[in-house]
Amino acid sequence: MSTAGLIAPEPRIGQRIRWAIGDSITLTRRSLLVWLRVPAFIVFTVVQPVMFVLLFRYVFGGAIHVGIPGGYVDYLMPGIIGQTAAFASIGTAIALAQELQRGVIDRFRSMPMTRSAVLAGRLTADAARMLVTILVILGVGYLVGFRFRNGAVPAVGMVLLSVTFGLTVCCVSAFIGLAIKDEESVQAFGLIWLFPLTFVSSAFVPIASMPGWLQTFANNQPVTLVINAMRALALGGPISPYLWKSLVWLAGILVVFGPLAVRAYKRAS
Amino acid sequence: MTHLVDEGRFVDMPEGTSAPAILVEGLRKSFGPVHALRGVDFTVPSGTVLGLLGPNGAGKTTVVRILTTLLEPDGGRAVIEGHDVVHAPAAVRRNIGLAGQATAIQPELTGRENLEIVGRLHHLSWPQSRQRAVDLLERFDIADAADRPAKTYSGGMQRRLDLAASLIGHPAVLFLDEPTTGLDPRSRLGMWDVIRELVSGGTTLLLTTQYLDEADELADQIVVIDHGLVIAAGSAEQLKDRVGGDLVEFTVPDRTRLADALAAVSGLSEGDPHVDQDAGRVTISVGVGGSEALVDAVRRLDGAGVATVGMSLRRPSLDDVFLALTGHGAEDESRGRGGRRRGRRRRGAERRADTT
Repeated sequence: MSTAGLIAPEPRIGQRIRWAIGDSITLTRRSLLVWLRVPAFIVFTVVQPVMFVLLFRYVFGGAIHVGIPGGYVDYLMPGIIGQTAAFASIGTAIALAQELQRGVIDRFRSMPMTRSAVLAGRLTADAARMLVTILVILGVGYLVGFRFRNGAVPAVGMVLLSVTFGLTVCCVSAFIGLAIKDEESVQAFGLIWLFPLTFVSSAFVPIASMPGWLQTFANNQPVTLVINAMRALALGGPISPYLWKSLVWLAGILVVFGPLAVRAYKRAS
Repeated sequence: MTHLVDEGRFVDMPEGTSAPAILVEGLRKSFGPVHALRGVDFTVPSGTVLGLLGPNGAGKTTVVRILTTLLEPDGGRAVIEGHDVVHAPAAVRRNIGLAGQATAIQPELTGRENLEIVGRLHHLSWPQSRQRAVDLLERFDIADAADRPAKTYSGGMQRRLDLAASLIGHPAVLFLDEPTTGLDPRSRLGMWDVIRELVSGGTTLLLTTQYLDEADELADQIVVIDHGLVIAAGSAEQLKDRVGGDLVEFTVPDRTRLADALAAVSGLSEGDPHVDQDAGRVTISVGVGGSEALVDAVRRLDGAGVATVGMSLRRPSLDDVFLALTGHGAEDESRGRGGRRRGRRRRGAERRADTT
């Protein structure tokens, strides 16, 4: 930035921060309005996760023995919530690729708004969306026998951890969407990398039931650590080892993919 | 608006002249090996309309993207309302509006919501955004559909809504990127009316288009670019004069007689006749010959026993200008980016030969 910009009647820093927050809120609102208007989005973010709960609970549940007091449904719920939070990130990638392709992002950039608000608004809306989905799943979980067994504060902690996890995956996804740019390719590739990560983890089955070579991967990858921490928060048991490792992983992913996403956004056109 | 604020200021402006709304000097931009712009210059005086004309891939979009701060040039400079696009992009953005292909419209949201959101992004308060939306919906004749999702709008309505969105910040300079591409003829005429009304209010407009009649209709000045260079500039009339006088045009239905027809009229033509082999259409430039030349052409063709249809005398259109300048038609996409410069008067027959 040249000094010329400072001589010009540029708004002061305080004003600029207020605008940045205001612009982000406006774009968050915009994303949420669109979400509420498109039935397919609601199906994807609410109906599909609920179906997962019911299918796993009643179809696989009988065959999987987890050896905890509440049975499989207690084991399953943190896993399903973690998977749902991760899968919600496909929405971020698709929306960004779509807006890029259609030229919406270019139009925003030609306006006197805060440029970073496009990413900030998108991620805030996605977090809100994720929270709604998680609460719906918890409601259904309660109907089919799930109970928090470790008190209210850890329960809230579990929800917060899952949203944080989901948002981290959204950053990776934002990078993928902005880098690939093509909506159809994003539809095809945006989710595929999440399948092995969520299924080869402790989300749905105890890792001890997997072959040895797979256990090494499953035990040390971030999805397992996050879901183990969520499970401990929801049901009791040692929390901190999993929680710390999870947070370190999430911070690491953010440090790498946050700047990558921002760079892809700046370069994208 | 002060012009003394940044590096793009007009130190060398003579006293008493107002600065142009848009100043473009030696603009260059390459994408890898493709030289999209190879030194483009033009100015747009305040309150006038510039038509930026050229085939696909000529560099029109690159110019607009640089002027609207979406892309940085490799060289040269561009100044909008006294603000340099590279050094003071934020100030530029406060002075411009960009519209065209309805990309700012979110189809699931209503027209009103779309405008209110853009108002908020221009940092208007909520009541101001609402009021501005109401005013613009009214002005662009969308008020009746204000609360319907934009995806239910006709193409013309969507373009009007998009144009309305670009005006929310009261821009001094408006960029319209192919505003009528894909519209049906009636919506196009409607869009032209809207644009004319806008310009009469004093807005400076830069319009890109592939449609020569559109530039003819709306623009005060026309800049024709091809292969990243300005190949002609001036008013529509000035450009037409460059083709040189009236044209006689006719079609020979029996293609085997084309050569005979050409031989018959060759004496009338100033320069080589233009032959469209596919359509069997012959265009000859008759200078100031006017209707006498037309009668003469009829007589000669009759004498040679060549049957023709659609014999006419007309003023050159911008299409003729374009063909004369570039050797290919304005909407001829297959000609896109081929780094070669073509001869100025390369006409149809040869053109066909080198495409096949």
